[in-house]
Amino acid sequence: MIRMRGINRFFSVGEEEVRALREVSLAIPAGEYVSIMGPSGSGKSTMLNIIGLLDRPNSGIYELDGEEVSAFFDEQQSRVRREKIGFVFQFFHLIPRLTAAENVELPLVLAGVAPGDRAPRVSGLLAEFGMARRAHHRPDQLSGGERQRVAIARAMVMKPAAILADEPTGNLDQTTGKEVIHLLEELQAKGVAIVLVTHDPAIGGRASRQIHMVDGQIDSDSGGDVA
Amino acid sequence: MRLADVGRFSWRSLSAHPARTLLMVLATSIGVAAVVVLTSLGEGARNFVRNQFVALGTNLIIIFPGHSATAGGFAGVVSGRTSRDLTIDDALSLRRIPGVVRVTPINVVSGEIAFNGRRRDVPMVGTTTELRDVWHLTMAQGDFLPPLDPRDARFLCVIGSTVRREIFGAAPPVGQWVRVGDYRYRVVGAIAPTGNLLGLDIDEVVIVPVAAAQAQFNLPSLLRIAVETHAREDVRRVRSEILRTLRERHNGEEDVTVITEDAVSTTFDAILLALTLAVGGIASISLGVAGILIMNVMLVAVSQRTSEIGLLKAIGASPDQIRLLFFAEAAILSAVGGVVGSILGQFGSLIIRRLYPRLPAFAPPWASVAAFAIAIVTGIVFSLLPARRAARLDPAHALARR
Repeated sequence: MIRMRGINRFFSVGEEEVRALREVSLAIPAGEYVSIMGPSGSGKSTMLNIIGLLDRPNSGIYELDGEEVSAFFDEQQSRVRREKIGFVFQFFHLIPRLTAAENVELPLVLAGVAPGDRAPRVSGLLAEFGMARRAHHRPDQLSGGERQRVAIARAMVMKPAAILADEPTGNLDQTTGKEVIHLLEELQAKGVAIVLVTHDPAIGGRASRQIHMVDGQIDSDSGGDVA
Repeated sequence: MRLADVGRFSWRSLSAHPARTLLMVLATSIGVAAVVVLTSLGEGARNFVRNQFVALGTNLIIIFPGHSATAGGFAGVVSGRTSRDLTIDDALSLRRIPGVVRVTPINVVSGEIAFNGRRRDVPMVGTTTELRDVWHLTMAQGDFLPPLDPRDARFLCVIGSTVRREIFGAAPPVGQWVRVGDYRYRVVGAIAPTGNLLGLDIDEVVIVPVAAAQAQFNLPSLLRIAVETHAREDVRRVRSEILRTLRERHNGEEDVTVITEDAVSTTFDAILLALTLAVGGIASISLGVAGILIMNVMLVAVSQRTSEIGLLKAIGASPDQIRLLFFAEAAILSAVGGVVGSILGQFGSLIIRRLYPRLPAFAPPWASVAAFAIAIVTGIVFSLLPARRAARLDPAHALARR
């Protein structure tokens, strides 16, 4: 599904040029459970942003489902993000003035789905995640674990091919963190690819394929299947 | 994205910050209200003046001594002569022109009227019996000046309603003798309350025969002659005949200025319309200021909502959609501001009409529409920059922050 070849990403910090990614090549088949680990500054978040089309590589080719998405215009990339990718963040990034249900509904609203079709999908997902009774609460009335469930429901509402999670447990205690990981693993079992960025080996170690990054390069890859 | 959803989303983000939203709406609405109120004032002044002329009748010709139209300000200087006086005989000569219904010589001087120890400074109008019909006066008591030979200095007077109240109180004025300077005038009538007519408060005047005024105050010339024609169509022809007649009487010199109601009211109309436009323009500057305020606040909002914009991008909002959402916010703000401002403005001009009942202060429809349109346009124009900034936000960077 995901194929990256010779990806480079540089940032200039003042006079200095930081190479966040150097000649990275990677392939992730559909439905795989991958964790990306490494010390901070190793380029793992940059990697996830490029996979999620939130960032563009300076050079290299990125293909998603056979399309060279790294060459797409902004508008086309928005469509790819909307239809194929779901994001889960460390800080949840729920919109505070909207209820849980409205937050989950937002990708459908942006996609122009008719209101009548939106409601059942939203309530179905919330029920599936055990959040039906909290649907009309605003984020500040929810616990951290509940917020992350809402965020995962939002990531799933467009039925994406992959969920990209950036430190999804970073802001949760161990127990709720584990619950969130279990939830993601359930989704993976239903066929959604999970790409999980974490610095926690206990969490990253659960993935069927583990990638370690150091200094913008892949140091080790348990999948070993470099494109 | 559906339009209803765009509206709802923008409305939700506006109502999440009620104080900020209220301030922006207030700024816009004050601008719109200012345009509406000020143009209604200007328009009220215009209609007031126009009504005055219409009240006078549209088939009126007025003759002033001195010629300004062709000789300009140098007439006397260059020729070494000042203009010839306009006399009662001049006025009488105009009666023979076909199509002329009334000829009214007019003098206005200020005098002091006294009765039983009470005194009052008044404008004294020297004229003939015809003035009653030219000015459309109605009498409260007694009669207007009788039909006399205009050269006959009879010391009679007709008084305005304020003069009557102040000098006579409740006592009947007709038949009483009042003093003006060394002369005594017999009151023959009192005019019903009338108000202003072309800047002269009719309720304040004392009207006397023109020859009496000229004799007492030693006036060589008339202030003006008012000529009323039979029909409006006669005005042009009568005007040129008046000029010819007076040129013959004044040794071939065209030393009078003849104006028609038409020309005067058109001029006033143009002046007051320009005034209305000017005050409206000044008021619309405040709309521009409101627009800059909206831009300022929205720029702050963009940086406050950086992570929200980043999130919207991550879940699939295109740059166009982000721009649209910010546009919609500005459009809602300025539309609400425009509506509130229009209501405030109408209310403001209602208050003006209550305070000055004689001023028909109605905002012209074009001004209300223009104010509303300017409010919307400024709102959207000034949201261009914030919306563009939001759309160009780097999502990876925006999401890295909390």
